[in-house]
Amino acid sequence: MRDKILNSNEFKKLVKSKNAISLFLTVAELFVYFGFILLIAYNKEFLSQKIYGPVTVGIPIGIGVIVISWIFTGIYVSWSNKKYDQKVAEIKEKLGGE
Amino acid sequence: MQTVLGQPTLTGIFFFLLFVSISLYITYWAAKRTRTTAEFYAAGRSITGLQNGLALAGDYMSAASFLGIAGLVSLKGYDGLIYAVGWLVGWPIVMFLIAEPLRNLGKYTFADVVAYRLKQRPIRTAAATGALITVLFYLIAQMVGAGSLIKLMFGLPYEVAIIIVGSLMIAYVLFGGMLATTWVQIIKACLLLGGATLLVLLTLYKFGFNYVELFSTVTTQYSEKFVQPGGLITNPLDAISLGIALMFGTAGLPHILMRFYTVPDAKEARKSVFYATGFIGYFYILTFTIGFGAAALVGQEIIKKIDKGGNMAAPLLAEALGGEIFLGFLAAVAFATILAVVAGLTLAGASAVSHDIYVGVIKRGRADEKQEVRAAKIATLCLGLLAIILGIVFKGQNVAFMVGLAFAVAASANFPALLMSIFWRKFTTKGAVWSIYTGLILSVVLIILSPTVWVDILKNSQAIFPLKNPGIVSFFASFAIGILVSLLTQEKEAEAKFESEKIRSYIGFGAE
Repeated sequence: MRDKILNSNEFKKLVKSKNAISLFLTVAELFVYFGFILLIAYNKEFLSQKIYGPVTVGIPIGIGVIVISWIFTGIYVSWSNKKYDQKVAEIKEKLGGE
Repeated sequence: MQTVLGQPTLTGIFFFLLFVSISLYITYWAAKRTRTTAEFYAAGRSITGLQNGLALAGDYMSAASFLGIAGLVSLKGYDGLIYAVGWLVGWPIVMFLIAEPLRNLGKYTFADVVAYRLKQRPIRTAAATGALITVLFYLIAQMVGAGSLIKLMFGLPYEVAIIIVGSLMIAYVLFGGMLATTWVQIIKACLLLGGATLLVLLTLYKFGFNYVELFSTVTTQYSEKFVQPGGLITNPLDAISLGIALMFGTAGLPHILMRFYTVPDAKEARKSVFYATGFIGYFYILTFTIGFGAAALVGQEIIKKIDKGGNMAAPLLAEALGGEIFLGFLAAVAFATILAVVAGLTLAGASAVSHDIYVGVIKRGRADEKQEVRAAKIATLCLGLLAIILGIVFKGQNVAFMVGLAFAVAASANFPALLMSIFWRKFTTKGAVWSIYTGLILSVVLIILSPTVWVDILKNSQAIFPLKNPGIVSFFASFAIGILVSLLTQEKEAEAKFESEKIRSYIGFGAE
């Protein structure tokens, strides 16, 4: 039973797709946050520019990092709910349930 | 401006007693439903994704972060936002790498996952040590902060405040276990989110619901610099090191990880992180606005006069906008926040002692339900008393660095071993043990030698280790040592079990 699951192409694909999306989103999050930090460290002038009245570029970017992080978690959840759970159910069914 | 801050007000006491009565009633209700280990450690796995999202957010939105970040923004403006962002970005990492495998592989503690394929006793000893050290540093910081904040808000003597917080927290955990701890946390999270939202609405009302108006007022009152990055990040390496500790530390905090066992399955676990990230992000945006509101409507001079660090900015703004009643409400919410956070920490620490050390190491896994629940309760009582004692011992000490240290230990001792045990086939017992102790010892030693302790607290003129947070060194060293030692010590049994671990980790086959 276990070997059957492990050796099935579906399971191998499942593991691969999940690892790929986890890794991709992790790298994206690291890129966004450390990019923000490096921008502050090396280009304060850019962030200090005014865009609208007293509002500087830095404000939407800072809030943006918070919002993007949340959107990333949303992408992951919706992918898992739609695609991943369905594949898991399929594998379980194909191999004769529990 | 006249303020009633620092003296007990009737409304403050009323709201506080109301919260205490409700929370004790919940504890009484939960106590009847807390008999087995699954009930004591994991609320019988009865919490939904949304509820757990609120509880996770509650664990993270401590009084220190609410009052501290609002204060920092009110005094430093934009730098406060940079600081707040750092606290949020660990949550996606928790989601992408940890939440689901943790839920599928473990039972009550993260040590369950690390020990899944490896030798139980050495792993549980090491992982529980990492967990306990993280919890203790975090707990000391929270207790000392609690004593001083309550003194500032209610005028209660420091020791009395510590004893009240400690006793209530022991009561929640001891009698109501995770069920009471979770519901107290959920109620507090709703109160805090509601209170902060109301405060922001009242602030924006003054500015015609126009943020630009608010920013204009602040920049004309102080300076253009208020909406520009200031001195918070000068040394990029320092900022990256702190960033690593915050990001990966979030994914290694025992009291956060433990919450994933309270939901029925991996699907709810992942949903709960989505909710938690949303709530925390929303909360930080509110806090940012509150800081600006306090700077504009209360003024930095008064904020600094009451507390140099700015911690009273949010309560002062509440008083300015909503009078004594709103101040009383917010002060009671801050008190509730402290209580709920220390309760969660104590439960996580107690589970490391009873589930990992007592049952896993001393009893070699052979203890029945009754014995384990009793051990957990004894551990709770001891840890609670220890928290009270440490809170009093560290009175007046500068303990702010302990939160940073807790995160560094979590990122360097707990997280690498957890991640490698989930994803790396060749990870061995010796590799895990070495990785945990390397991360633990390096974080503690380096922070002592860093400017944070060596210069600021021990008053030496020059730090031996240049960075304020050791994260960048201890995190990578822990991984490097873990990989090196694993490659040098093969463990055939563990490798063989990796395949069956994979089935359980990815599709929840056989998860508890």
